[in-house]
Order: sequence, then structure tokens, then C-alpha cells
Amino acid sequence: MSLNFAEMTASALAEAYAAGATQKDVLDSVRAAAQTKDAAIRAYVKLEGAQPKHRKAEKKSPLWGVPVAVKDNICVEGQEATCGSKILQNYVAPYNATVVEKLLDAGAVIYGRTNMDEFAFGSSCETSFYGPTKNPRDLTRVPGGSSGGSAASVAAHAAVLSLGSDTGGSIRQPASFCGIVGLKPTYGRVSRYGLIAFASSLDQIGPFTKDVRDSALLLQVIAGHDPKDSTSAEVPVPDYASFLGKDVKGMRIGIPKEYVASGLGADVKKAMDDAVKTLEALGATVSEISLPHTKYAVNVYYIVAPSEASSNLSRFDGVRFGFREAAADALVPMYERSRGTGFGAEAKRRIILGTYSLSSGYYDAYYLRAMKVRTLIKRDFDEAFAKVDAILTPTAPSAAFKFGEKSKNPLEMYLSDIFTISANLAGVPAISVPGGLSAAEGLPIGLQFMTKPFDEGNLFRVAHAFEQATDWHKKLGNVK
Amino acid sequence: MSLIPTIGLEVHVQLNTKTKIFCACAVRFGDQPNSNVCPVCLGLPGVLPVLNREVFKLGLRAVVALGGEPSERVKFDRKNYYYPDLPKGYQISQFDQPIGRGGFVEIETKTGPKRVRLNRLHLEEDAGKLLHDQSPTSSLVDLNRAGTPLAEIVSEPDLDSADEAYAYLTNLKAILRSIGVSECDMEKGQLRCDANVSVRKSKSEPLGTKVEVKNLNSFKAVKAAIEHEIERQTAALGKGEKLFQETRLWDDGKEKTFTMRSKEEAHDYRYFPEPDLVPFTLTKEAIEEARKSLPELPKAKKERFVSQFQLSDYDAALLTSQKEVADFFEKTVGEFKLEPKSAANWITGPVFAYLGEKNLAIDGTALSPKLLARTAGLVQAGKMSFQAAKEKVLPLVMETGRCPEEIMNEKGLAQVSDDGALDGWIAEVVAANEKVVNEFKSGKDGAVMFLVGQVMKKSGGKANPGKVQERLRQRLAASA
Repeated sequence: MSLNFAEMTASALAEAYAAGATQKDVLDSVRAAAQTKDAAIRAYVKLEGAQPKHRKAEKKSPLWGVPVAVKDNICVEGQEATCGSKILQNYVAPYNATVVEKLLDAGAVIYGRTNMDEFAFGSSCETSFYGPTKNPRDLTRVPGGSSGGSAASVAAHAAVLSLGSDTGGSIRQPASFCGIVGLKPTYGRVSRYGLIAFASSLDQIGPFTKDVRDSALLLQVIAGHDPKDSTSAEVPVPDYASFLGKDVKGMRIGIPKEYVASGLGADVKKAMDDAVKTLEALGATVSEISLPHTKYAVNVYYIVAPSEASSNLSRFDGVRFGFREAAADALVPMYERSRGTGFGAEAKRRIILGTYSLSSGYYDAYYLRAMKVRTLIKRDFDEAFAKVDAILTPTAPSAAFKFGEKSKNPLEMYLSDIFTISANLAGVPAISVPGGLSAAEGLPIGLQFMTKPFDEGNLFRVAHAFEQATDWHKKLGNVK
Repeated sequence: MSLIPTIGLEVHVQLNTKTKIFCACAVRFGDQPNSNVCPVCLGLPGVLPVLNREVFKLGLRAVVALGGEPSERVKFDRKNYYYPDLPKGYQISQFDQPIGRGGFVEIETKTGPKRVRLNRLHLEEDAGKLLHDQSPTSSLVDLNRAGTPLAEIVSEPDLDSADEAYAYLTNLKAILRSIGVSECDMEKGQLRCDANVSVRKSKSEPLGTKVEVKNLNSFKAVKAAIEHEIERQTAALGKGEKLFQETRLWDDGKEKTFTMRSKEEAHDYRYFPEPDLVPFTLTKEAIEEARKSLPELPKAKKERFVSQFQLSDYDAALLTSQKEVADFFEKTVGEFKLEPKSAANWITGPVFAYLGEKNLAIDGTALSPKLLARTAGLVQAGKMSFQAAKEKVLPLVMETGRCPEEIMNEKGLAQVSDDGALDGWIAEVVAANEKVVNEFKSGKDGAVMFLVGQVMKKSGGKANPGKVQERLRQRLAASA
């Protein structure tokens, strides 16, 4: 067969399987696409050595035989898991992350590891030890981050589906930059076991897909309580596909005034205005709401996330695995030199930030205070969801920026997550869907929907209705 | 110069669970290095802790047994520091909300009973162990112990002497063992103790400079180190020197303490709430249940032994310091009808002597209450001398579990109580010791013991000494 399976969605692939396609055909096609495209975009790490991994499973799940690429911070037994860092070079995971187990049980094929900002610290995929991934829409621009490789591989049709992780926008912002669908599930919806932690109270694994339906299919497989993750919730997983195709008549959608008041760029503003018209035309009611404390979200995030990260990254000490500076001849120099050489600049910056926030004498003023504001942000969302069923915001302040444009100024880079961070702090689910193109360069603009915790069903419902009414995903379908 | 010492103890006890605190690995002492380990206790990237509920139950049991107030919210924190035996670079512990606050351990002092108040009891995981003697050029790490559940019990500075510290440890151990919370075997590292020691001129003065003494590997070492530290501090102040807040290490061989680190070098542990574990609420019912399920505690048991069995305080204390010993005693008395005072003498005398010599616990030998009662019965019935029973028969019974009577006969230790045989030996001795016989007759009563001794000698130790004396006196009286 000469079909390019890599260009398909998972649901289309399921139909192809039903029509007689073989797993070998599919894998060969996806492997060829990945290898061809990756020369230019570098979405994968160490692709040449990648081996597909699958196990025998009944053809019950729509993901049977569907290749899924995983971010380099998700553990797959027998494969390197390096978080895009020198310090984890040659570290081979001895076990599968729970999401990987679930995918293998469903008959999906794990193929390829995708590039990322080192330890997921970044919004541009520029801090990876392997070098940057390029945006398939414009190779001079970043794919977003930190899950840049996961977004670029799917957008470039070098992968059918991929998994990323989202701590402050690391799935949604690259999805927006690359013109695809990216979902951050409710905190606790998907097991974090086997996800190499950045900030434990914020991290969630989630899908990158070409459309909303695939997002629902992939979440269906990976969601659910995991006894190995105490923070995963014992909340039943509904049938997400049943929410697709439902209309949004009477659905109440809120737009936080704080998100639009600050003066959106013309492209983003237009996408928002168009979306309001589309949703109203579909029968939804759109109103202004307030999330008053979200203006502190970036500040809170850059205390909480680095604090947890500084502790989570302590285990990378050169003692048991990963990179060790061979020349060191005593314990403390071994620590200092292994970590000093093993971590990149942004990782070190965040470790120092977090160490400072947690140190005695500063803890109350920084970490504790940030946690209090975090509670207020969460309350903002609780109050908002008493009035509306979903919240609509831009995903990012702009379309994809150029390489080097923000990497010299960390603060400016941090602000590129201004619209996404609150969902992590509040634990609510959020999805980015294509919502327009920039006027000058024709670059994708993403829009973000959020719902109350564990209401991914209605999130898919509104995102799917919007997607079907706009077809941006189809317009973005063809990449040069 | 005589100063008043103030001492507080920090005791770590290993909780009596089959598996580790956050994973399913076995807790076992003495196995091959790194054989009881898994990705979780190795702190591999991506793993998450899951609390072993048994740990929490044992912690709660200890809190209520010690009269402490259980915390309504059970929460864990991270204590961050680097050491090669600490795989994650942080220890999961409890910081601001320990599972228990307050409580006390009662001890006997020269001036009567005293309550040593407890500050707190918290749960935490143990670290691994460094092996320095396996290689000339490097240290090796054994992580079998990493993740072993511990309770840290911190006393108030209520102890006034090394003897009181010793008594506190003894009673604390008895309580924890009696409720099955910990074996408290110091040789297996199941109980570890650090001592905080300071001295001051009078009780009206504020506490003196506190010195923490570590590396105390036995109760004896605790006592010796505290005595030494009091002397050292007293001497230093006497010479007009200033003391520094510091941590010192006890050297058992040199019987001295040495500076380990000063206050300035103290760690900043950057405690913060463990985001991987979800805090949970302790219900009043659970606390009530824990209180109700407590067995009789050593102090109550001791008081009961005094009143029920008319034992001395001393004997009752010895018998109740270990639950297994107390149970053994009660069974010997209750089921096998050995008279209480006699049972106490047998157990605290020959049985303890044997256990001490062989370094065994009472349930580590073949001795049963039934066998002890039978051994004692043979002596009481005059069939064997106490001496022979203690030295020759009991040790063999304890080693083999064989019938004491059989051993007695086999070794020819059966006492001769037969009047004819005794009278024969008595006649010979009286005839051969005319001088002594006359001394007796002239009123020197003690001379009879010499004659008894001579009869015993003649009998090869087999004569029943009580019977010999009885018949000897009869004979001498008759011939007077």
C-alpha cells in the first residue's frame, strides 16, 4: 500500500485497519515519514535507534495499532529517558510509565521519543541538550515548549499521536504554535507514575492530536486512577467520545476580562472575536467573567514550580545513574561538577530559584505566600464555574516566535505562558485548539477552553463543536 | 564545680512492617546488599511514593500508647539534603504536623517516679547505608534499608542524668515492644538514639548551650556518652571556656565525643509539603479504635504483677520489661502451676543468665513454660539439686527442648534422698570429724554446714542437701 498513514488521524487509521491495513504497513509508513521529516524539524531524539514497542492485545480499542510518540520525560522500559538533558545521557528506564502500560494494553504502538526543553523548563524547545526542534509551519520559528517535539511531530505528520506533559502550558502552547490540538487533563486525571517530575503538584501528561476526536480517544485510554500514583483521582472515566457531536446550544461560555484587558495582539484578538461569533452562532451564550487573582499566576508559578523542581531534581546527583563528572575525586566536588556540567543554564536557574524560595528565612515570604495565592486562584475558578460551563481564552499571547527571540530574556519567555499557567495552578482541564492564522505570516493561533475539574467531557464537547464549525484543523492540515 | 545537666533524647525506631514505607520491597536485615530494592526506593526518575497504611497504623498505635495527641491531618513533608545513601536527595518525613504531639514515658528515679514528657512522634523513611570497608578507593552504597519505616520520638529536655536517660530508653523500648510497634533491637539498627546535652548552674537559669551527640549504638553507649559529655562541658566551663552549639560524635573505643559539625555548618533542609502524597484526615473513630486495641502496657502489667503475684517491684519490673517474658511467666504460673515467686526466681535467675550468655530472646530457645515448670518441679520435689538443675539440666533443656527428667537421669544428677544411703554417708562423716561434731554439740550451730558439705562430697554431689542436713541434725541430736 502506498497510503501515507502518518498523515491520518487515529480514527482514520482505525478505519484503515478495519479495511485491511496491516500493522507493518502502518509502522513502515510512519517510520518513513518520521525519518524523512525529522531531518529538517528534529522533533525526535535519537530517532535512528528507535524501536517500536507493542504487545498483543485484542482489537477492542480504537487505538489498536496506532503509533504514539512519547516525550523524552516519559519512561518506557528498555529505552533511554533523558528529559533532553546531558545529566541523563544513557539512562535507560527499567520500567514503563503507567500511561505507556495503558497504551500497550490497548494495543497501541509506542514509537519514538520526542524532543523537549531540558526537564521541561522552557516554552520554545531551545534548551534541549539535543538542540532545538523547529516549527514545521516555519522552520525559522520555535515549535513552542516544553513539549515542542511532541507538537512538531504530529503537526508535521511525522507522528499520528504523541504524548507530552504540561506543567504551565507545555502541551497547550506548542499545540497552539504548531496548529494542532493539545490537552492538559485535570490534575489527577492521568497517572504521573513514570513521568520524570518537574513540578509534582502541577504536572500532567496529555495528548497531542490532529483533531479533538483523537484527543478524546487518547485520553480515554490513559485516564483513570492508578494505585501507584497517590495523586491520581478515584473519579470514574466517562465515555469521552459520547460528548463529541453534541451541540453547544445554551452552553455558557465565559471570557475572563483580565485576559483580554491587557491588550491582545491584533491576530490573537481577531481569533478571539471570531471564536465568540462562532460560538454564539452555535447557540452558546458568551459572557464576561472575572478571575481576579490570575494576574498573580505567573508570579505564583515561578515560585511553586521551581521550588518543587529544585527538590525533584536532587536525585540527579551522579551517584546511581546518568552523568558523573569522572575527574572529581571527592563527594562534594563530584556533586558540584556532575550537576554543574550535567544541567543546562535554564535548569540551573530554576534550581537556584526554587532552592532560594524554600530556604529558611524565605519560605514564608515566597513559597508559603505563593501557595496561599494559589488557593485564591483556585477559588476564582470555582466561582467562575458556578456561572459558566466553560472558559475561553487565547492559548498564547502570540503566534510562534523566532529562534533566539526570547531565549536571552527569561522573563519574557516566562510570560509566553501567561494564559496557560492558571489551569495548572487551579488543576482544571484545558485544551488548545486551532483558532486562526496570523495575518502577516499565516502562522497558527491557538485558543484555549477550560472547564471545571474532571469535566473533560464538556471540554471535548465545546472544543469539538468549535472545531467542526471552523475547520481550522483541516486548513492547517497540509505542511510543506 | 558541679553543674546541673539537662538531657533530651531523639529516638528513631524501626516500625514493625513486612514492607517498606512507600513501596512493596521487603524490610529485612542482613540480606545481600541492594537485593530488597525497586525503582521506588532506588529513587529512579519518574517513580512516586505510595504510603504503606500499616506504617500509619503503627505510628498511631505508638502515639496513643505513649499518651500523645494524634494529629487530625496526616501529612508528609520533604527534608532536602544530599548524601549518597539518600537516593532521592530528600527524605520523606513529617515536619509541622507530626502524627503525634505530647505524651510521656514514666521512669523510676532516686527521688521517685517521674514523667518524661514527649515533644512529638513523627513518621519518616530511613536512608540506605554506606559501606566504606569494601574497596580501598571508594565507598559503596547499600539501599536495602532505604525506605524502611521509622518513627522518630523526641523527648522534652526532662532528663537530669545519664541514668535517667537509660531508664527512659528502657521503658520506651518496653512500651513499643509490648504494643508490637517495633522490635527495638539496637544491634539490628532498629533503635537509634541521639542525645541533646547541656549544663547550667541552677534550675532557675536558662538552659545552657546544647550539644547534640550522635553515633550511640547501645544503651550503654548512650549512658557513657552522656556522662562523658556532662564532664566535658562542666570541665570546659570550669576552665572559663565557652561552649558552642554543635553536633558531636561518640567514639565507643576512645570513650569520648568529637566535633562533627558546628551550628554554622548545619543543614538548611528546605522542608516543604510532599506534593506526591495527598494529606488525609484521621477520624475520631480511628483514634478511638487504636486506643481500644492497645494491650496492657508494661507499667500497668508491672503493677498487676506486684498485686496479683505478690512479687517485689524489682522482680515485677524485670518480668514486664519484655512482653514475651511476662507472657512466659504468666503461663508458667497459670497453666503449669509453678508458684509465682519461684517462677520469678527461675526466670530472672538461671533463664536470664542463659539468654544473656547466648544473646537470645526468651522465645529464641526451646524452653517452654511447661518445661520450666517441670525442671523447677524436680528441684522442689528434691529429686535434683538447684545447682545441678541450673548448671547442667536447664541449659540443655533450653538448647534442645528435651525432657528435664530424662537429662537428669542420663547425666546421673538424680539426688539421693534415700534414707539408708544418706545415713551411711552421714555415719562415715560423723566418725571422721569428731572435732567438728564436738564443736557443734558445744553450741556452734554453723559447724553443721561443714558436715553437710562433707556428706555432699562423699556422695559425689548427688545427696539431697536439705535431706542431709535434716538427718544429720537428727542424728547429732540423738547422740548428744
